[in-house]
Amino acid sequence: MIEVKDIYFTYPTGVEALKGVSLNIGDGEFVAVMGQNGAGKTTLVKHFNGLLKSAKGVVLVDGVCTRDVSVAKLARKVGFVFQNPDHQLFSETVEEEIAFALRNFGFDQATIEKRVTWALNLLDLTEYRKTSPFMLSGGERKRVALASVLAWDPSVVILDEPTIGQDHRQKENLRQFIVQLNGQGKTVVVVTHDVEFVAECNPRVVLMTAGKVVADGEAKKILTDTNLALTASIVPPQITQIFLGLKDLGLPSDVIDVSESKKILLDYLGAAKH
Amino acid sequence: MSVFEGFRFRHVTSLIHRLDPRVKFLYVLAMFVVAIIFTEFLPLVVLFFLQIPFVIVAGVKREWLRSLRGAVFLVTMIFVFNFVFGYFYHTYPTGAALLEYSLAMALRFLVLVESFSVFFLTTSPDHLSLALEQSHVPYEFTFAFTTAVRFVPVLAEEAQTIMDAQKARGLELERGNFLKRVRNYIPILIPLIVSAIRRSLELAEAMESRAWGATKKRTNLYVLKMRLGDVVLIVLSIILIVVGVYVHYYVSIPPLSRFLPPLSF
Repeated sequence: MIEVKDIYFTYPTGVEALKGVSLNIGDGEFVAVMGQNGAGKTTLVKHFNGLLKSAKGVVLVDGVCTRDVSVAKLARKVGFVFQNPDHQLFSETVEEEIAFALRNFGFDQATIEKRVTWALNLLDLTEYRKTSPFMLSGGERKRVALASVLAWDPSVVILDEPTIGQDHRQKENLRQFIVQLNGQGKTVVVVTHDVEFVAECNPRVVLMTAGKVVADGEAKKILTDTNLALTASIVPPQITQIFLGLKDLGLPSDVIDVSESKKILLDYLGAAKH
Repeated sequence: MSVFEGFRFRHVTSLIHRLDPRVKFLYVLAMFVVAIIFTEFLPLVVLFFLQIPFVIVAGVKREWLRSLRGAVFLVTMIFVFNFVFGYFYHTYPTGAALLEYSLAMALRFLVLVESFSVFFLTTSPDHLSLALEQSHVPYEFTFAFTTAVRFVPVLAEEAQTIMDAQKARGLELERGNFLKRVRNYIPILIPLIVSAIRRSLELAEAMESRAWGATKKRTNLYVLKMRLGDVVLIVLSIILIVVGVYVHYYVSIPPLSRFLPPLSF
């Protein structure tokens, strides 16, 4: 679906944000791009819909080089939900906000109506159909932003820091929603440094440091690797930290899942009793 | 945004950077006045080249050139409008005179951009507010002014993000006829204005919670003092005005067409 071949990118200010990144994201994959601030995560995903074009190397989306087509054309396939919903909301009503992209893509009026209703329903926003997006709470605005992208049904959805500013329940809803989207066959790319969130989603993790990919693989392997955590300055999930501390008891240390850890601990306690 | 780049201060120092901002402003004013009184081409050429030593001493050549490049569009517009209107209203007897007048008007704008650019490139916002404050401008105004200046790059960056976000939703800024293109900017301007207002409210709250305005009489760590260089620049500015006014009233400036082969329209 998305092929990144050895790309380099330098901002006009002189900051080298990407220094030779190669990556393949397959159809229907669920990928979390992680790393500290300034590692180049957002810069990398902005290449996926052509917002940024690399100085060296190529990015292919569905076999098409992003340099050859407009952002609008790529956006039809690759939906990008920005971190801050306030950077995109401008319409008088939520309904209009969601219809905006559909109009840009030239859908007919009947389809627009249908899609808007569908997206409102999907994100539980139907009651706000005629409300101004500026009157909504932060979490609701974020959902409107998400709905406005999902409405045109892109095959890839990129979410930049979706968990920032969300309370626990919203985060959990978001997690279930993303997993469900992925389950329906959409390719999902999440940019985040929320380790706990990633641990619960258990996607493929691409770890970046200083403009390079330093690790790429299962969440379980990468989040529990203490050396990697040091180089990329991430902290393993709390569950993993407990198991790292209990290593001397002969327990495994590559645990990120709460229910799995419960089972391991119960087994251990059961064995100790006998 | 290239025009703004040409006005953004960068932290370097030079003889020009260290001058008193009030004196530099006097110089800009002198330049402004002299540029405005002339409508002839030759004196404006002189004014244009007069400022280049400043740019070189200040070491801001690259940024300065960028500000001029950013002004090219407006300069062209000024030239075209003057020429077209002058042509239809027959303000000038000959084509050559009209051409010279239009060129002079365009160059006048360039001279103004040039002097303001030198001023802003070599004066830090801190210095500027200090100058305003010590010229007895109320602190509220000074603060509002410097905050505005300081937030320009922040807003420019935000505008870029907003543009990206809307492009990612299929907005094509360059598509359609002129009206449609103007309308294309609505999805950019509304979020930008809303977030600027939000930001300013937040800033106001943060300032108040840190007791802004608690003391009526403020003192400053740095106090502006005139030095030799400042006196020299004051003298130069006064000479510039005196010479400018003298030349304007008592010297007849030869039209450019005298040095060129005749033109016919």
